[in-house]
Amino acid sequence: MPLEMSASTEGKTARLNLSGELDGASAASVRDAVDKALQSRPERLVLAVENLTFMASAGLRILIFAKQKQPDLKIYIVKPQEAIVDTLQKTGFYQSVYIVDRETEELKG
Amino acid sequence: MKSQTQMDFSRIDYYPTHQQHGYRFRRGRTLPFGATVVPNGVNFSIFSSAATSCTLVLFRKHEREPMVEIEFPREFRVGDVYSMIVFDLDYEDLEYGYRFGGPWEPRIGHRFDPSKIVCDPYARVIGGRDVWCAKPDWDDIYQHRARLAFDDFDWEDDRPLEITTNDLVIYELHVRGFTAHNSARVSAPGTFAGIIDKIPYLKSLGVNCVELMPIFEFDEWENSRQHPETGQLLLNYWGYSTLAFLAPKAGYAATGRLGMQVDEVKNLIKQLHQAGIEVILDVVLNHTAEGDHRGPTISFRGIDNKNYYMLTPEGYYYNFSGCGNTLNCNHPVVRNLVLDCLRYWAADYHVDGFRFDLASILGRDQNGAPLANPPLLESLALDPVLSKCKLIAEAWDAGGLYQVGSFPAYNRWAEWNGKYRDAVRKFLKGDMGLVGEIATRIQGSPDLYYYRGPAASINFITCHDGFTLYDLFSYNEKHNEANGEHNNDGANDNNSWNCGAEGETRDDSVNLLRLQLMKNAFCMLMLGRGVPMFLMGDEVGRTQHGNNNSYCQDNDLSWMDWTLVQRNSELLRFVTMMIHFRRANPVLRAGAFYQGRDYVGSGKPDISFHGTQLWAPDFSPGSRCLAFLLCGKHAQDQQGDIYVAMNMYWEGLPYQIPAPRAGECWRIVVNTSMRAPYDIFEVADAPSLGDRQEIIVGPRSMMVLVAQACNPSA
Repeated sequence: MPLEMSASTEGKTARLNLSGELDGASAASVRDAVDKALQSRPERLVLAVENLTFMASAGLRILIFAKQKQPDLKIYIVKPQEAIVDTLQKTGFYQSVYIVDRETEELKG
Repeated sequence: MKSQTQMDFSRIDYYPTHQQHGYRFRRGRTLPFGATVVPNGVNFSIFSSAATSCTLVLFRKHEREPMVEIEFPREFRVGDVYSMIVFDLDYEDLEYGYRFGGPWEPRIGHRFDPSKIVCDPYARVIGGRDVWCAKPDWDDIYQHRARLAFDDFDWEDDRPLEITTNDLVIYELHVRGFTAHNSARVSAPGTFAGIIDKIPYLKSLGVNCVELMPIFEFDEWENSRQHPETGQLLLNYWGYSTLAFLAPKAGYAATGRLGMQVDEVKNLIKQLHQAGIEVILDVVLNHTAEGDHRGPTISFRGIDNKNYYMLTPEGYYYNFSGCGNTLNCNHPVVRNLVLDCLRYWAADYHVDGFRFDLASILGRDQNGAPLANPPLLESLALDPVLSKCKLIAEAWDAGGLYQVGSFPAYNRWAEWNGKYRDAVRKFLKGDMGLVGEIATRIQGSPDLYYYRGPAASINFITCHDGFTLYDLFSYNEKHNEANGEHNNDGANDNNSWNCGAEGETRDDSVNLLRLQLMKNAFCMLMLGRGVPMFLMGDEVGRTQHGNNNSYCQDNDLSWMDWTLVQRNSELLRFVTMMIHFRRANPVLRAGAFYQGRDYVGSGKPDISFHGTQLWAPDFSPGSRCLAFLLCGKHAQDQQGDIYVAMNMYWEGLPYQIPAPRAGECWRIVVNTSMRAPYDIFEVADAPSLGDRQEIIVGPRSMMVLVAQACNPSA
């Protein structure tokens, strides 16, 4: 299933909605979107991924890229599917992000 | 291809000068070797001294046909190094290899074959065996595919622990075998991630170092076969056959199918470090998976066979490894590969040390002769990046070189002490004539390592190679029939004893004796100077049913059975408490040898030997008894003297014990002839001997006494 993506920024929160599969081929466009979002130096990057069914290593590396580019950025991953959480845990990335079940008012900007 | 937007992020330090098939490229940088991400591209650099041409072959991940092949223009070669930067590649979706043109003249060492795509010796990630035991596509023209690795793992403040070597307790484990068993109950059985789930167990056990059997990429399908009688699939389970020295084994990673094995290994090491546990890698640098002249061309053979391998004058392979070929380690280019490899693992993976498989090969010259001053071993010893890494040699090889005690050490190298193993095994099973040698081995083997100190001696009774500890006392003979080699493989000189019945038995007396001997083994191991090491599962009596060479057994025979934690809880309790006893008593772990004299004015020598009579150790050929007294005042922070009595005779014997200091009494901390909970105590809870001057040490057992202030109520 191809990746579908939408991006928005509200206040100090940048938000990406991702659904489908984030594979090597689609990772470049997500990375571009993340990079664009970081230009406004948000405090939070919220990735709404409830309907994201697959995330390849390229997708995970985007998270690292974002963290390296802006070390004080808080990355929230909202409702990730189990396989994605599993990969985040096994590779140690979960320590660098916040995994949450729902978006609080704070995350909405 | 990357998007235009993405390219704009980076500086333009390099610009393309050539174009072919839509790919833009330019002359590369000769160093570093391997594939390195540079602004807007990837720098490829590889050495070959005798090739006549070199072609870079690029694939998209998992695709059978290359997306492009680019021959290095003549001007891209400097000396013997071909280098090229290719621009606009999708790093995440890239696999690469090379074709080398050159002579096929085996008699003078050349085996070039441009029909083969060969793997980069500096590859940091290898695709092709991403999931353990997944059946490979045998028609794939490029089986082991080099990929890029990224240096973006978040280590936070992690660093190698730099635990003093003599404070280590090493636990040798097989990454897959440690958690593959159903009983392991981990989220990802048989993987690096699986080990993380077992860190609490390791911490509770008290070990502070794990030695991982080979984790460099290898092919579990190498020499795979079905057992002719049982039909059992036999694989290369141990992995002592390296494909690429810088790449971690993808099939050991739960995330290998995503190509994230690098991150998973790093996460494991980070988590182990947080638990205070060091990581030593068992590295196989003496040979490769290409075998002899009948083996496949995977990498080195097709790149520069003559330089990478030790060859006979006729162009065949010297086989000092017993595995078909021998890496030409003291050729300067190969030497640098080894150094670069280990520096990479130390710097990028935060690895704490290395154990070198068949390390004596690393001291041979290009014709196979042992060198007096091997440049590779010296370089490793004095390397600035590796300066805090433990370097441990398996100080022998399959070509007959045996260097235990004489390995060129440069005051840095430690050794697997094979003489310790052999002597202790014989002593434990009741052989005569060992008492003198045991007295030496307990001290850290000063006869072998006088100038290096006891930390040079890695004391072990069992390791992956040979019987497990349980099997050491359960089998007189090896039983390797399951390996399909008619029981001809594996060592014959096991120094084992079955305690009266070969293999499993319902005879309680036999089983109790086995338990007792296992306790004796751990007792000796934890009381001696040097660095104790034992094999995964020995602490719970893991059996391989007499198989002493389980290299091909990817099944219950080799795997850690975690139900033993409950079933053999008595042994586990004993081992755990012995390890903690060692860690609580600095006199057992000091970094210098005992001197056999009093140099602190305590009135007692730092170590003194005794027999059943005080001051009368029996070193005669028929003796099986030895006792020793350690003076606690000769070690900082040591609380009390320690007296150890060992009786390997088949009857109980009375031992005179030294008088404790005024106001002190001996407490019986260990008595291996007793069942739990009376076999081992915390010192504070241990029963006092009061004013007794003699103890009875049971048949084939050991007792440990600790001097503490007398407690009138005790």
